[in-house]
Amino acid sequence: MQTELLELPVTETDRVVPQCQDVEVFEQVYHRPAALVDAPMHYCPGCAHSLVHKLIMEVVEEMGIQEQTIGVAPVGCSVFAYDYMDVDMQQAAHGRACAVATGIKRLMPDKYVFTYQGDGDLAAIGIAETLHAINRGENFLIVFINNAVYGMTSGQMAPTTLIGMHTTTSPYGREQSFYGAPIKVAELMATLPGSYYVTRQVVNSANGVRRTKKALQNAFKYQQLNKGTCLVEIIGNCPSNWKMTPIEANRFIDEEMVKAFPLGDVKVPGEG
Amino acid sequence: MIQDIRLMKGNEALAEAAILAGCDAYFGYPITPQSEVLEYLAREMPGRGRIVLQAESEVSSINMVHGAAGAGFRAMTSSSSPGISLMQEGISYMAGAELPCLIVNVNRAGPGLGTIQPGQGDYFQSVKGGGHGDYKLIVLAPASVQEMADFVFLGFDLADTYRNPVLILSDGAIGQMMEKVQFKPYEKPDFDKSWATVGKPPTRKRNSISSLHILPEKMEQHNLKLLAKFNEIESKEVRYEEMQTDDAYYLFVAYGLCARICHKAMDIARAKGIKIGLLRPITLWPFPEQKLFELAGKVKHMLTVELNTGQMVQDVKLAVNGKVPVSYYGRLGGMVPTPEEIVQHLETIINYHHAN
Repeated sequence: MQTELLELPVTETDRVVPQCQDVEVFEQVYHRPAALVDAPMHYCPGCAHSLVHKLIMEVVEEMGIQEQTIGVAPVGCSVFAYDYMDVDMQQAAHGRACAVATGIKRLMPDKYVFTYQGDGDLAAIGIAETLHAINRGENFLIVFINNAVYGMTSGQMAPTTLIGMHTTTSPYGREQSFYGAPIKVAELMATLPGSYYVTRQVVNSANGVRRTKKALQNAFKYQQLNKGTCLVEIIGNCPSNWKMTPIEANRFIDEEMVKAFPLGDVKVPGEG
Repeated sequence: MIQDIRLMKGNEALAEAAILAGCDAYFGYPITPQSEVLEYLAREMPGRGRIVLQAESEVSSINMVHGAAGAGFRAMTSSSSPGISLMQEGISYMAGAELPCLIVNVNRAGPGLGTIQPGQGDYFQSVKGGGHGDYKLIVLAPASVQEMADFVFLGFDLADTYRNPVLILSDGAIGQMMEKVQFKPYEKPDFDKSWATVGKPPTRKRNSISSLHILPEKMEQHNLKLLAKFNEIESKEVRYEEMQTDDAYYLFVAYGLCARICHKAMDIARAKGIKIGLLRPITLWPFPEQKLFELAGKVKHMLTVELNTGQMVQDVKLAVNGKVPVSYYGRLGGMVPTPEEIVQHLETIINYHHAN
């Protein structure tokens, strides 16, 4: 069966080699990370969540820290993250992941702790918990998936919804005079001295995926230094609620999302 | 052997007990009349290798407790009424996820911002669950500084035994008053914490702490499991103090500060020849229903004395199931009744209902 590769640039390392029991000439160059549970995911086709889950678990596996890693799942589409990530996890109330992670990390400072949160969870109901955790320099990683919309509740406006974007609760398009501008979480949190490494990445291209993985690797490694909070903001997509095909959604990221949310490192160690 | 007897505020005795009970972590937010707990622990815990952290809100405090308790540590928070309201979401999640923890409410008068004086208006919130969903907290009601200390040890042990949040429901007077207190030797029992999220070794499945069961069939099973636990608690953990009920015609039912005042009221009434006893619920949930039902066969009338508009009186009525009349007397808004006015009210009831 032909796999359609979504018009993404393909390199040798990206190419998926089909496995075949009868033929031993193929070398396996890609596999599901062992730290990712072998389970069908509930995410919609084309959704970035599953890819980011995999990247986090690849990093955990490659660093050999599965036994020392504790995750915190949010409320939102990724509420079931603990069903897919084969590490000990707690599922926090909506927005409270950074408070829960604070409780975990303060008691076990030698463990690797991360939260996984969407834009509604982190930037709306949980912005106080997030901001104060970062201001205290809590030594954990926040993985922030920004897809500009509430996914689980079917497409309502989020704090990161773009100006003019139509959602079920901004059916005529988000107006700045009424709802304010989308919150640039990475830039906001980078102003706090407690943040150590803040970056914004995408996963809608092979290059983006590689850069995101590198960012996650950095962030996990920085936890060994105990220098402050790491925030990796990832521009996700939401084909279902953006009412787009996955290809259109990934294009929308390049054409619109990155204008409001510029890509790249916002704060790297040694600065600020 | 010299006994270690100290003169302490209720809030400070509770804080010291937390350290002695092996509390690993305390997360809190300032609010009158319980800020001494946070202040005492901020001073005393860091030097003993314990974690103490002032959170940005009570919402955050309870969720930090969630994280620490979920990692298998003894964790607690304390607050007063408005702050406890903010914690209800987190408490519901912890009850749902079966996480043990100790929560302290030094009850002030409400509703809203109310006042900083003592109140018992949080009775319903405390004993009926408090947050959303179907759950119970084990609720301990101290009536002295000594019990402020003792119930910390008991509370942590009950929380760990049943994997359920425990609430100490105190009030502004018990928290602020100074009395002698003695700290008894305590050894923390071993509790199974194999469910905690401490990092997954290859030898076991990952631990997931969650209150989410999206399939109704599974959620119902979870509810039934919790119900079985609550039934077990009701059958094993009812605690109360019974005073002068042997020959009693009448009965005060009161907890916490009001029970203290009823002691004195009982002496005054008995000096006047009124045979009255006192039942002081120590656990407000589980409630001493059966004891009250038994006493309903002996006494002619029960009178609850509460710092609210009549909350526990409803549970007493349910317990006696119409066997005897039950009345209520209370003061509100941070005002506290005198023993004399309680006796006066008692005499009015006797004259009205039982004159002949």
